[in-house]
Amino acid sequence: MTDALTFENLGVAYRVKGRSQQVLYGIDLQIARGEAYGLVGESGCGKSTAAFAAVRYLPRNGLVTNGRILIDGQDIHQLAAPDLRKLRQYSVSMVYQDPGRSLNPSLPVGRQVSEVFELAGVPRAEWPTRVAEILAKVQISDPALVMQRYPHQLSGGMQQRVAIAMAVASNPTLLVLDEPTTGLDATVEAEVLDLIQHLRRELSTAILFISHNLAVIARMCDRVGVLYAGRLVEEARTDEIFRTPRHPYTAGLLNCLPQAGRSKDKALLATIPGFLPGPGAQITGCVFAPRCALADCLCQTRDPAFVRAGDRATKCHYPERVADMNRAVAAPVLVAAGQGSRRILQISDLAKSFGNGLQRQRVLRDVGFDLRAGETLGLVGESGSGKTTLARCILGLLQPDPGSRIQFDDQPLAGTTAARSRDQVKSIQIVFQNPDSALNRAHSVHRMLSRTIGLLIGLRGAAREARIRALIRAVRLTDRHLTALPRQLSGGLKQRVAIARAFASDPQILICDEPTSALDVSVQAAILNLLAELQATKQVSYILISHDLGVVRYLSDRIAVMYLGQVLEIGPAEAVFSGPHHPYTAALLSSVPSIDGGNNDRVRLTGALPSTANLPNGCVFHTRCPRMMPGLCDQTAPPQITLHADHVLACHLPPDQLSTTARQPLPDGTGPNLADSPVYG
Amino acid sequence: MLGPFADPKAVETLNHQMGTDRPVLVQYADWMSGFLTGDMGQSYAYRSPVAPFLGTALLNSSKLAAVAFILVVPLGIFGGVIAALYRGRPTDRILSVVGISATVVPEFVSGIVLILIFGVWLRWFPISATWSANAGFWNQLYHLILPSVPLVLILFGYIARMARAGMIEALDADYTRTAVLKGLTYPQVIWRHVLRNALLPTISVIATQTVYLIGGLVVIEILFHYQGIGSLIYIAAKKKDFPMLQAGVMAIGALFAVATLLADLLYARLNPRIRFGGRE
Amino acid sequence: MTDTQVTRQDHGWRADLRRLLRSATFDCGAVIVLFWVGCALVGAQLVPHDPFTDDLMNALLPPSSDHWFGTDQLGRDVFSRVIVGARDILTVAPTATLLSTLLGTALGLTMGYFGGLIDEVLSRITDAVLALPTVIVALLALTALGTSTITVLVVIAFSFAPIIARTVRSAVLTEVGLDYVAAAELRREGTPYILFVEILPNVLPPILVESTVRLGYAIFTVATLSFIGFGIQPPSPDWGLSISANYGMIGGGFWWTVLFDSLAIASLVIGINLIADGIESVLHD
Repeated sequence: MTDALTFENLGVAYRVKGRSQQVLYGIDLQIARGEAYGLVGESGCGKSTAAFAAVRYLPRNGLVTNGRILIDGQDIHQLAAPDLRKLRQYSVSMVYQDPGRSLNPSLPVGRQVSEVFELAGVPRAEWPTRVAEILAKVQISDPALVMQRYPHQLSGGMQQRVAIAMAVASNPTLLVLDEPTTGLDATVEAEVLDLIQHLRRELSTAILFISHNLAVIARMCDRVGVLYAGRLVEEARTDEIFRTPRHPYTAGLLNCLPQAGRSKDKALLATIPGFLPGPGAQITGCVFAPRCALADCLCQTRDPAFVRAGDRATKCHYPERVADMNRAVAAPVLVAAGQGSRRILQISDLAKSFGNGLQRQRVLRDVGFDLRAGETLGLVGESGSGKTTLARCILGLLQPDPGSRIQFDDQPLAGTTAARSRDQVKSIQIVFQNPDSALNRAHSVHRMLSRTIGLLIGLRGAAREARIRALIRAVRLTDRHLTALPRQLSGGLKQRVAIARAFASDPQILICDEPTSALDVSVQAAILNLLAELQATKQVSYILISHDLGVVRYLSDRIAVMYLGQVLEIGPAEAVFSGPHHPYTAALLSSVPSIDGGNNDRVRLTGALPSTANLPNGCVFHTRCPRMMPGLCDQTAPPQITLHADHVLACHLPPDQLSTTARQPLPDGTGPNLADSPVYG
Repeated sequence: MLGPFADPKAVETLNHQMGTDRPVLVQYADWMSGFLTGDMGQSYAYRSPVAPFLGTALLNSSKLAAVAFILVVPLGIFGGVIAALYRGRPTDRILSVVGISATVVPEFVSGIVLILIFGVWLRWFPISATWSANAGFWNQLYHLILPSVPLVLILFGYIARMARAGMIEALDADYTRTAVLKGLTYPQVIWRHVLRNALLPTISVIATQTVYLIGGLVVIEILFHYQGIGSLIYIAAKKKDFPMLQAGVMAIGALFAVATLLADLLYARLNPRIRFGGRE
Repeated sequence: MTDTQVTRQDHGWRADLRRLLRSATFDCGAVIVLFWVGCALVGAQLVPHDPFTDDLMNALLPPSSDHWFGTDQLGRDVFSRVIVGARDILTVAPTATLLSTLLGTALGLTMGYFGGLIDEVLSRITDAVLALPTVIVALLALTALGTSTITVLVVIAFSFAPIIARTVRSAVLTEVGLDYVAAAELRREGTPYILFVEILPNVLPPILVESTVRLGYAIFTVATLSFIGFGIQPPSPDWGLSISANYGMIGGGFWWTVLFDSLAIASLVIGINLIADGIESVLHD
């Protein structure tokens, strides 16, 4: 039987400003019928280009320079327009990121889905039933109603279900999924991934799954290919590649991840030094050599071939040495955070609402917690839970509702920066999520730092210059970077500048709002290391907002779980992760895929996030809670239960009935994926 | 109303003519109620009521504007759509340069050139838009063709540019990609998925352009000796006939408000995101 | 760490300028506009005849080797008048545009940054100004105040400022949503610094494009007002004014008295718009 998809020596280039830039170099891969193949890599490695090449829909300036693409044994570039349409109607479908944009905003979704049946020649009278059938198949509970909706009336998860329904309606040979869950909340992502697995079992469709997320790939795919700078550098069965990588880049990526059991107290994360080469760069030797710990003369002069051995393949001169690569960085001993010490920030009855009357959005309600000097408090929750609003209230960028109390160093804090003293303002600073937004693109690095130091510390002249230089070194940049404008720096460097600026005023509290979510994994590790080091040397308290539980776990001493503007649970990081914990925490934790797989007993959430303009009665979580007790949870607000020490949660369930996470962190604090492997044993 | 640069004498004259010895609000209420009931006062220049003049002028101007609109809307949209479909190619560049050039040449300039070519040298069209009293529909239309062309040129660039931008946005949109990857034919993709989303913004632009159209009417009506609202305002201004001027300007303001409202309603009717409110 | 590289790529205004000079539309526009600016500056010294001297013996002569563009009804050399005619319009229109840009930018920054009630009130006012065509507003003002170049200038400045304000406002709204503005508030920067040093440099590109487009329309409006007798006044050889004086005779076939002035206006406004188009396409890539 022919393979579902074959790339034969595929090369793709883009024409940019009159020049041709190669983005894919001689990719060879086969996806068998019914197989799920994952293509993983960091941004700019050519993943999406490969996906769009597979359906012959490259951007206007894209061009296949060499090689062939076969779907169902047909060379798709040899097909005439009608045959290509036939291929798209019956053999190949695609689902991509951002489902809100992939559906036509001015047609009801039922009409959009019915086009698939129209093309397949189904009589018009049967369309409604067929559409309802396929929508039911993607687990939409009320197909008849959803059919009449416009895309903007559906939630992100529902939109992606509709997109998937359209893609699988013709029962194609190949389904191309390009980051299908990126941008969705963790619990929604988990539902969509469940759905895709379920459909696979039912339909026997082959899948090309593109993602930057190793854990998602690990969960979804049979085989994995790793792309680096437009080259396939390694390919193997999923379980093998994650246990025993044979390419230094794969190994590096795995080591960078902050996984269960790794924490700032024990070791720094491994990093991959250097940069991805720019598109179209002329490279002699191995493309990864400049960043590779194993590289020698041979690597720098001769490009290794992509060698297959059995069902594995790698593009490295020394695959057998990868196993010996140093996985943990020689960790400087970090001073442990000052547990149990002074309470530097006290928040109680904090509320924030926007708008008036029926439109009033209650984004924060009854928020109260303390922050201790030198600790990291992780703030987790889905989008819409009020994390960022909370951060802005603490900073004084948003004025909380009357009655809210925020105390810094036992002094009440005013609602705006203008009403706070200079000392208060300089003591609470932030590292924003996206450095492109946080750094003024018209200002040089030097100007940003010197302004902050001048205004908040009051230094002038040589003293100020000395401080700027000290700061820039503290974030591992050099004096050369001072004159640079943000656009001359890479994402990781920009985030370092943002961190330098945040530390410029010697803050006592630093809010880190998704500090690495705009960055690639290899860059993320370096930034997390930097944050951990700076905390240890400068004794700063962090409030860390992140949707990535791995990141939160790595940096946090305590964790607060937020839902719809309320803190449902707060406690020491290990206690919150291991449980007993709040049903929502349980759902959140179990929705995150991890590389070591397992984890089939997921806690599933039903329904969509309620609107903040119309909060549920009783417990805010009861509409989606799998353990909701009718008559109680939907009537009365839950009590605060203190489990032990300072682990508090709000739930009606008695403490002994709260769930725990079976998976315990390994005592030695190393990642389980590598520790289990025979190579290391 | 006169601003800080007012010549004292002008202020005095104006005050006297407008009878500003009464409180401002009373005058305004007075005049407004008169305007709404059709009593717009007496023209100084003609010593007769303003209303009949205004009525005829508005009717004439709407005829001219209608001809221009009927020509330019399909033409502009067609130009924009074609330019977008041939994006980056010579067709697109030519249409864009012609469009932006046509838009900035004053009406009287293009009018003069048109009169010279089609009125004086070729003698295809009359150089004056005034028709004889018993002229029928076709004869009136014949007189209005030449005067409407400068207005068409002015609006063509705007509409084509908006339509092109809307088309390009829709062509690049993910939902268009979805439609192509479903296996729909090119015409199906364009008709069902691209055009409707592409032309929504253009509709609101067309309405706001009425204001430029009316500005252009002043010049065109003078150039072609046509008795519409533009020449009415112009003559009233020249003769300092303030009641007439006031009524004319008021009528234009009202027209603009109505056009904007109609455009908003149409836009809301066509856009499900407004029609059906938010997420449920 | 080895990732300390600073990329010095094809970025910044120098690169933009190089790309601008390579754009054919921009070059065409620049040549046309520079020609007329040259005429405005030194044309009076170079023309073959005095544009102001009447010579009724030689009135309404068709183009010849002595009078390249013929003579008008007072016997003045049309060629000389067209060349010198660039002067007044190229004084009034750019000044008005500059004023409207300054006013509009200030308004737009205020509306976009402060938002709320201030934005609401100012938006209503600008909408009201935009509800009437500029030519009508000018007619009203000039009727009430008497015709003068200053009035023309002020009217254009005030009617164009709301359009520029709208453009600036929407650009500022985008910027205000960015975190660098919050970062500035978090180091207690004053409002003027945030407005003019943080935000303004980032909204300059749209302002540049919009005010170039407005310059074209300022010329459009001045020419139109001169044509209907409310703009530049005699004895200026202004193009709109000349057309106004001579178009009554086109039925008699004296085409040269109006055609060259018309082409002059058309070429100038088209030239300016080609420049605007060039700038826009460079800034948008």
